[in-house]
Amino acid sequence: MKNLALLATLVTGAILLYGTKDFAPWGDPGSPAATHLSPYYIENAVEQTHVPNLVTAVLGDYRGYDTMFETVVIYCAGMAVVSVLRRPKR
Amino acid sequence: MKRLQERAQNRPTGESPIIRMAVRVMIPFIQLFGLYVIVHGHYSPGGGFQGGVILGASFILMALAFDLKTTTDYFSEKANAILGNAGALIFTGLGALTAILGGLWLDYSALDRIIPLGPIEWRSMGIFLVEVGVGLAVMSIMVSLYWDLASGGDMDEGL
Amino acid sequence: MIWLLDLIILALVVVCAVATITLRDLLGAAIVFGVYSFLMCLLWAEMGAVDVAFTEATVGAGVSTILFIAAIFRTTRRSKD
Repeated sequence: MKNLALLATLVTGAILLYGTKDFAPWGDPGSPAATHLSPYYIENAVEQTHVPNLVTAVLGDYRGYDTMFETVVIYCAGMAVVSVLRRPKR
Repeated sequence: MKRLQERAQNRPTGESPIIRMAVRVMIPFIQLFGLYVIVHGHYSPGGGFQGGVILGASFILMALAFDLKTTTDYFSEKANAILGNAGALIFTGLGALTAILGGLWLDYSALDRIIPLGPIEWRSMGIFLVEVGVGLAVMSIMVSLYWDLASGGDMDEGL
Repeated sequence: MIWLLDLIILALVVVCAVATITLRDLLGAAIVFGVYSFLMCLLWAEMGAVDVAFTEATVGAGVSTILFIAAIFRTTRRSKD
């Protein structure tokens, strides 16, 4: 059984390594993300939001929906742990 | 930490006043740095999530060095629940408010109709309000996760 | 010279990952996992993603290690397998 698990892990790792061959290199200016999306943010974000840190502008404004549900996920985790574990002795 | 301290008391070294003194000096600076990270997120790396985790970690450090009761003296269970819910409500409520005022969901420039600051300034201001909400929610939830996991839920004795 | 730093950090990341899953002592495994998080934080800071590095340093290395240790003290310290 252990050998089978090792084999499955090795095959999955090999497939993942084969998949990374098609990625764009790190910092490649010709990759799809760097040719369409990034120039828009770099050219327009400071004028449209007056926030010099582009990461904050994207996280808080352009992709605010993502950040909202990230907060909701953390909130749900906290509420789940409180409702399962907390039983104060009073 | 109490159990660790009991184990340490059985050893010849005993419990350490150095740790308590160092933590007492460090906590105000950690909290100041957390507030700086939240507020200065527009200009430097950081933001609500990281600053909230730093603020929560200062309370966790207090609970590790002293006791869980000390933490609940400074930051009561009730305040924790209120702040956590308020943080999540600020974010979703701001989104709902912008939708009611006629913009898209989380389109902060619609808030210009309440207080006229200019739509671009309101987008900057809306990001700041949202970051404060995220910081409050994350701080309270990190502290309450530590309370429940370290004490097993009965909230009287920490690690 | 930056590729040398990259190589050292990546080698240490692999060593820490293997050590985390092979250690029998769960407390030691949690600490080594914290070291792994800090190495990933260094890697991201070196690649220029400062916000992600900040999040990894606070959440991954700071709070999650504490939560792991708190959970271990409620159960047993030795791994069964």
